[in-house]
Amino acid sequence: MSFFRHAFQIAAKDLRAELRTKEALNASLSFALVILLLFSFAFDPTAEQTREISGGLLWLVFAFAGALILNRSFARELTNDCLDALVASPVSGAALFTGKCLANMALLVAVELICLPVFGIFYNVRWVHRFWPLLLTLILGTWGITVVGTVFSALTVNLRLRELMLPTLVYPLLIPALMAAIQLTTGLLAGQPLAAELTNWLKLLIGFDIIFTALALGLVETVLMG
Amino acid sequence: MTAVSAAGVWKYYGDYPALKNISLTVAPGACLALLGRNGAGKTTLLRILAGLSQPSRGTVSIAGLAVRDARARRNIGILGHGIAVYEEFSAYENLRFFAGLYGLADPHRAALEWLERTGLDRVKDGLVREFSRGMRQRLAVARAFLHNPGVLLLDEPFTALDDRAIAVLQSLLAEARSQNRTVILSTHQLREALELATHVALIQRGALAYAGERTPIMLEDPGWLYRTYGEA
Amino acid sequence: MKDKLLYAACLLAAWLVLANLSVILLVLPDEAEQGAIYRIIFFHVPAAWSAFLGFLLAALASVAYLVKRNLWFDALAVSVTEVGLVFSIVNLITGMIWGRIIWGIWWTWDARLTSMLVCALLYAGYLMLRRAVEEPAQRAKFSAVFSIFAFIDVPIVWFSIQWWRTQHPQPVFRGGGSMDPAMYKMMFANWVPLLLLFAVLSAVRLRQERARSEIDALRREAHAL
Repeated sequence: MSFFRHAFQIAAKDLRAELRTKEALNASLSFALVILLLFSFAFDPTAEQTREISGGLLWLVFAFAGALILNRSFARELTNDCLDALVASPVSGAALFTGKCLANMALLVAVELICLPVFGIFYNVRWVHRFWPLLLTLILGTWGITVVGTVFSALTVNLRLRELMLPTLVYPLLIPALMAAIQLTTGLLAGQPLAAELTNWLKLLIGFDIIFTALALGLVETVLMG
Repeated sequence: MTAVSAAGVWKYYGDYPALKNISLTVAPGACLALLGRNGAGKTTLLRILAGLSQPSRGTVSIAGLAVRDARARRNIGILGHGIAVYEEFSAYENLRFFAGLYGLADPHRAALEWLERTGLDRVKDGLVREFSRGMRQRLAVARAFLHNPGVLLLDEPFTALDDRAIAVLQSLLAEARSQNRTVILSTHQLREALELATHVALIQRGALAYAGERTPIMLEDPGWLYRTYGEA
Repeated sequence: MKDKLLYAACLLAAWLVLANLSVILLVLPDEAEQGAIYRIIFFHVPAAWSAFLGFLLAALASVAYLVKRNLWFDALAVSVTEVGLVFSIVNLITGMIWGRIIWGIWWTWDARLTSMLVCALLYAGYLMLRRAVEEPAQRAKFSAVFSIFAFIDVPIVWFSIQWWRTQHPQPVFRGGGSMDPAMYKMMFANWVPLLLLFAVLSAVRLRQERARSEIDALRREAHAL
């Protein structure tokens, strides 16, 4: 189906471009690491405190670092009016959106997977034994951030104050997803099994992802077409 | 069957009409020169014909299909004000990418072929970022023609082209005409455009002041059209 | 004619509020636990209901705009969103006053207050978005898309924050417990004037937005000449 072919072509193009210049990746990664280190330095949390804030700290860092990547997503198409060439091509808005989501997802998850060991080292948190459920949380939570962030990256691409508008619009929308991801991460790192309470948060996160992916796919063509 | 048709197209910005009741049909193989002062609405109309912008009222069709239909879009080549190629990629990578998007059977070969036709084969692996203005323009032309579209929509294509690029574009347009492909180009360069054109349309403040065949008098005296149909 | 209707609605609303106040202050007894201040609930809760009505109408108007592309729907959407936002702020402030008096603190991450704060942030974002887009049809389109996203998010926000608070209990102003039927009736009774006020404010704002649209068009036309 041409939808998937187009989506992969767009994703590959974005990833190749990003890996060549590494602008957004470097900005995002440095920002994330600096915040993690500064926080550890400024608050010097005890083991107990760290256990309580681990999810919140990680996901706030991921959300802020993510904004840098998401901002670039459609902004990179502005130079030379490349976005016009893409919209005029047979690629559907939904395929363009999906391709960019895949690329953004890959970049953001990469940043997160680098932050996780750094976090583990500087905060003395053991996470390797919970790697697989943590990875699941990372992927589901990041997908939520990516989907909402990418559709609004398309919406804000031509606006003044784009770098301000994107976080302002996106963060409040993401609160349920961030909350679920935070609760899951804190719980998992504290040793709770992925059962009972935590599964409710997992369901919320999955539900959020499904609802907003559907909504974004439905509305993205409207956003992109003049 | 008409190649491009606009029926009752209006475009509003707020309550202000930028295009008023534009109805236009272009037969296959025709070359329409879209004339008009700056701000008349040429770019707005071209963007609507290209499917980049939605008309507030009216419809646009390309070879009988709605312009947002993927089959119609496969058949359109656009050249706008921006070159629409990626700075961080090479000339070859750019063409290869767009060839893939348009679903060409052999994107690799198509990219190489068009690099050669626009005289860029020697710099095919050079990054666009390092290209001169003329080279960029030729790459943009390659991108527009790459998928052999039946309809070409060109917004002021001769502006800012160096002589080599103009020569390339003119030969490609002549070839397109001989292959019965349709061209609509907006322009200020009256002479070059009128030489190529079979038909002419004049847009005045959003409305169609004249639309018809290009007559010999227009070629002899490019300003005639503006004087006769334009505003005082 | 329209003006007279609006003035009449205002007067009616004012009269109803005064009538209700006399009942609230003089007739209804103090609540068992909370003393006199609980009476603020008769404005606090209907304000929240009005806010949500605003958000719902905005979402519906947004869908209508995207389907019909008639700017009247966009004007309606921004009007009811603004008025809804005002009511949400009223809800927050009355909530904060209540909290200050009952608990001695201005703010607590109580589920309802927190959720309403997030909704207020969402719709404040909507208004910011509108300021960032010059072209009216584009502004209408983008705000409509955001309004739909925001409205779908609202129930998810409420649910998730509620769930979060059951895991980490904090001071709660009023429990979900049952209320004296007379008080319940009064909340609805006081909602009527607030709804009237909502309608009046929205109508005025709608009229202003349409006028602005017309001026905008005239200005563009004048520039083109």
